[in-house]
Amino acid sequence: MSKKRELILAFESSCDETSVAVIEDGHRILSNIIATQIKSHQRFGGVVPEVASRHHVEQITFCTQAALEEAGVTYTDLTAVAVTYGPGLVGALLIGVTAAKAIAYAHHLPLIPINHMAGHIYAARFVKPLEYPLLALLVSGGHTELVLMAAAGEFEIIGDTRDDAAGEAYDKIGRVLGVPYPAGKEIDRLAHLGQDTFDFPRAMLKEENLDFSFSGLKSAFINTVHHADQIGETLNRENLAASFQASVVEVLTEKTMRAARQLDVHQLVVAGGVAANQGLREELAEAIKASGLDLDLIVPPLRLCGDNGAMIGAAAHIELKKETFANLTLNAVPGLDFPYRA
Amino acid sequence: MKLLAMDTSNQAVSVALLDDQQILGEMTVNIRQTHSQTLLPMVDQLLKQTQTAIETIDRFVVAEGPGSYTGLRIAVTTAKSFAWTLNKPLVGISSLALLAANIVDTTALIVPLFDARRANVFTGVYQWQSGSLQTVVADQHVSIETLLARLQLLAEPVYFVGNDVAHFKEELQAALGSNAHFVGANHNLPHASVLGKLGLLAEPVADIHRFGPVYLRKTEAEVNWAKTHDERGTESYVEQV
Repeated sequence: MSKKRELILAFESSCDETSVAVIEDGHRILSNIIATQIKSHQRFGGVVPEVASRHHVEQITFCTQAALEEAGVTYTDLTAVAVTYGPGLVGALLIGVTAAKAIAYAHHLPLIPINHMAGHIYAARFVKPLEYPLLALLVSGGHTELVLMAAAGEFEIIGDTRDDAAGEAYDKIGRVLGVPYPAGKEIDRLAHLGQDTFDFPRAMLKEENLDFSFSGLKSAFINTVHHADQIGETLNRENLAASFQASVVEVLTEKTMRAARQLDVHQLVVAGGVAANQGLREELAEAIKASGLDLDLIVPPLRLCGDNGAMIGAAAHIELKKETFANLTLNAVPGLDFPYRA
Repeated sequence: MKLLAMDTSNQAVSVALLDDQQILGEMTVNIRQTHSQTLLPMVDQLLKQTQTAIETIDRFVVAEGPGSYTGLRIAVTTAKSFAWTLNKPLVGISSLALLAANIVDTTALIVPLFDARRANVFTGVYQWQSGSLQTVVADQHVSIETLLARLQLLAEPVYFVGNDVAHFKEELQAALGSNAHFVGANHNLPHASVLGKLGLLAEPVADIHRFGPVYLRKTEAEVNWAKTHDERGTESYVEQV
């Protein structure tokens, strides 16, 4: 008799993407349906939580059906249902949580609650098997964290932003440059066409800790542009973008390398929406090469850097083994976080 | 026909199981609560107490709104997911209609209402005609002032229903005098069994995927955006990538 396949139906709805995936053994994507609301929120210059929640309700069963059909599986084939229960927008999270609970209950399947940030890290599992201890740099619109994983499914924050997340800073300066939300991709592109001529501050670079700060950089950027406006001067957009990105990337790279040197790790996972940033990928690769460290840089493919159900299914594979199951009272936890290192 | 009905439009959570007109069980909890934590455990308890397998449910009925946005989405998403995943019909019923249907044995006008804050209400006007509850004025979001002006014009006895009626009782009485009638606590509370009976007769939704709450209000962001933009020509704001 052949071994039963391990198939997880995974839900993600923490922000402005409704996504449902079917994942086999934690590392094979049978389907990964993503419905994005970017066009909707572009109207408002950022994600409006109530609008996001409304879109999720209209997408959730549709995406689930597409995921099952594309994977060619039915409920009796499934091993478990997994869902992001935080962090994120509470109203948005609730749609995935509510649908996943109902579907798991209707088909008598175990329900696995997943931390969205664990999902981002486990997106790397689709590239290759992960080896522990492992260092992860999580950069997105809501987070900028260095996470140490001592073992599978164990997460500890060793560095964090004191104010804005890196992705948030991108969106805020994007507004100043007139780049539509989400601004990261366009600023990355502009940055590659310009030079670091403005020499914006590199916050907390000289401090021993592994923490970040981006609000000073954001203010310096905005002040520079406003000052130029007042004296009727037009600044070069490419150089502004390049200078901003140089500061973000240098701080992220420097702190990450500092952590890598302190720890006995051989893999560095870069995850979250900002992991799609070419400038960051390039500089990290160079820094690792220059350091002589035996450190394997793993960056998930672009499609898996943004929010998606596949990464939730990959993280759920680990929690399934640990039998981390939710009961019927599972609720969204918008402020869910990993523990900080003692 | 076995029918499971659920309502989380406002503070109370109510679930009921019916076999045609027969109420097999009903559970209503009226405390401040997190609906996402209470609804499914209540459904589970009801099914267990009535020894019913969820697979044997023939129809799911949900109070579709108006009401608290987040609250509505819990029952709507649950009912919609159940109906879709078990391949059973789904019926959406006005959250105001199920309150109106609490009041029987009268042919007077029935006005259920929810406090929508800033002196506004979600309300509609209902009436029993030949044994069936009819909508006289469609559910809407309206200022309490406008509602009262309209009801004054009608100059008919009106039954106000809903827990939020208490917030406006003095204004209602002042405006309508002896035409304003109020009902007891049990009638002000939503009962999923009443929802179920309405759902028994109603037409199931044609496309479960597209089904969502009836909010009766656009979000503030959309309203502001629409002041300076034209929505025509926009195919869809959500796309699969």
